[in-house]
Amino acid sequence: MNGTQEELTGASRFRPGWLLLPASVWWMVFFVMPLGILAAISFLRPGSPVEWSLTAGNYGRLLDPLLLKVFLRSLVMAAAATAVCLAIGYPMAYFMARQPPRLQKLLYFLTLIPLWANSLALTYAWMVLLRSDGVLERGLRWAGAIGPADDLRLLYTPASVVLGLVYWYLPFMVYPLYASLEKFDWRLLDAAMDLGATRWTALHRVMLPLTMPGIIGGCLLVFIPALGNFVVPQLMGGAKQALIGNVIQERFLSQPQDWPLGSALAMTMMVLVTAAVWAYFRYAREEHALG
Amino acid sequence: MRNLWAFLILAAAVALFAAALVFVPRSSSRATLRIFIWEEYIDPEVLALFEKEFAVAVTEDNYGSNEDLRAKLQAGASGYDLVVPSEYMVTLLARDGLLVELDLSRIPNLRNISARFRDPSYDPGHRHSVPYLWGVSGIGYNRQRVQPPPSSWGDLFEPERLTPYAGRVSLLNDMREVIGAALIHLGHSPNTVDPLELEEAKNLLLKQKAFVAKYDSEGFEDSLVSGETVMAHGWSGEVATARTQNSELEFAIPKEGTLMFVDSWAIPRGGPNRDLALEFINFTLRPEVSARIVNFVNYASANEEARTLVDPAVLTGPAYFLPEGVKFWWVEDLGDANKLYEQVWTELKGR
Repeated sequence: MNGTQEELTGASRFRPGWLLLPASVWWMVFFVMPLGILAAISFLRPGSPVEWSLTAGNYGRLLDPLLLKVFLRSLVMAAAATAVCLAIGYPMAYFMARQPPRLQKLLYFLTLIPLWANSLALTYAWMVLLRSDGVLERGLRWAGAIGPADDLRLLYTPASVVLGLVYWYLPFMVYPLYASLEKFDWRLLDAAMDLGATRWTALHRVMLPLTMPGIIGGCLLVFIPALGNFVVPQLMGGAKQALIGNVIQERFLSQPQDWPLGSALAMTMMVLVTAAVWAYFRYAREEHALG
Repeated sequence: MRNLWAFLILAAAVALFAAALVFVPRSSSRATLRIFIWEEYIDPEVLALFEKEFAVAVTEDNYGSNEDLRAKLQAGASGYDLVVPSEYMVTLLARDGLLVELDLSRIPNLRNISARFRDPSYDPGHRHSVPYLWGVSGIGYNRQRVQPPPSSWGDLFEPERLTPYAGRVSLLNDMREVIGAALIHLGHSPNTVDPLELEEAKNLLLKQKAFVAKYDSEGFEDSLVSGETVMAHGWSGEVATARTQNSELEFAIPKEGTLMFVDSWAIPRGGPNRDLALEFINFTLRPEVSARIVNFVNYASANEEARTLVDPAVLTGPAYFLPEGVKFWWVEDLGDANKLYEQVWTELKGR
């Protein structure tokens, strides 16, 4: 049999590009086309649902100070949720990675469990816990920590929205962190300390930089979907403080409908996020090349 | 060999795709009536009765808002035979040519409709719609916790009256209902297009917001039942249902008047079973069928003849409660003036 070497190196003459056909069709139909439709609608005039005449005005309408305020609030909320996820997720992943392999598998498995349950149902569960006269308040009252007439008002606040977002996306922070920490060579910490580093210095000068890809990956996986989430602010925020996802949803599904504005908002969000990610990777590559 | 496998897999995928396109839409030999309706808005028993009597299948899908329904119909080829839009949405859908004109000779039971809902302003002559269930918005409250009982919109909007219930009050998460209630409280029409009146309503709502736990249209009745809220801006039928779970709950219709809605059967363009749909509308207008629906859904029927057959507990409860001398408005579509409402709403939520 000849050509073994070629097969081993993957440089085979056998290159069935048409095998990509199903994937390409899938990608075209379910990704490129909807995106194209969204992009097209963002350049039409609002009607019922759209008027077939071109305009760039929808993007101009995004400069409404109220929308900018909502956008800013969404950024702050998503950033807060990401920071909390990182603060919880990093020690968690660190702890997991330091266990014996069998226990690691079990712990990893346990972190998967919340993903099996419907996140909407879990959000309702949080509401039952946090609401006035809910499980938490009754428990505290029973324990005597609060008076019978005290009303903590935990739910329907910005903090409860951040909590909800953290709960939804925490697993997506833990997996990439765990993946980085699991590959981390713990002997490097000993080496650093042998060379005179304190434990803290070793952690943040050696472990932190080497697990940076996991940190960035986790932050992106949390921040991006949290930015567009519209269910948590509606349910756990009592629909009192709109985030950008709520505005997009309302322009599509509420009176008065304005698909072009909703599309322009969605497109802008996507471009901004893509640009930020791209800029980061570019920066990271240069950093890597130099360092 | 690998070539062959790859080819087989590809062929299978293509075949599957083609099969899905060709066969799925018409899998059943029996005619299937497809209804697109609000959640828990018809008794499944009634669907079963219709299936049996007419030897057909009936399927039900749900939507959460009129605009949700509208978006689906606008996207085209929904495949639904029947939809249940509210009054202003009937006007909008008909204007956009998304509804079929009804052959009223096929709906003789239309004569059972009560005078209040006959020949309505939103659809003169029932050209596109037949009234189904109706309700009003008002104030649901816990009579043990709210004293004196609310009787006016002021009880829901004036800060001094709200103070004891701060953080225990919910409002509907519905632009026209919430702004409409504020407008009625201020003595204006809930369909006003006067920017100054809307500005006034906005200021009132922003002041009220500090006392509001949440804006919620889907779960406000559960919060009343659990005691999480003690007072809620809400719809009669939902409060009626909540009362069956917590007997301390009552429903008040503010003396200044309120918004009323009526949801109507309509046939979307492109629905495959038009005759069957007409048959179904006529079927639901039989007094005993209407009464059965009311007893299940807890909303009042537009069918006057059903009244005597409705469970007395439902008939004397919030669903059918319409005090004399109170003014009722429909939500009207305001065209370009919708923008004014949207600005108030976005500002209320954006702050």
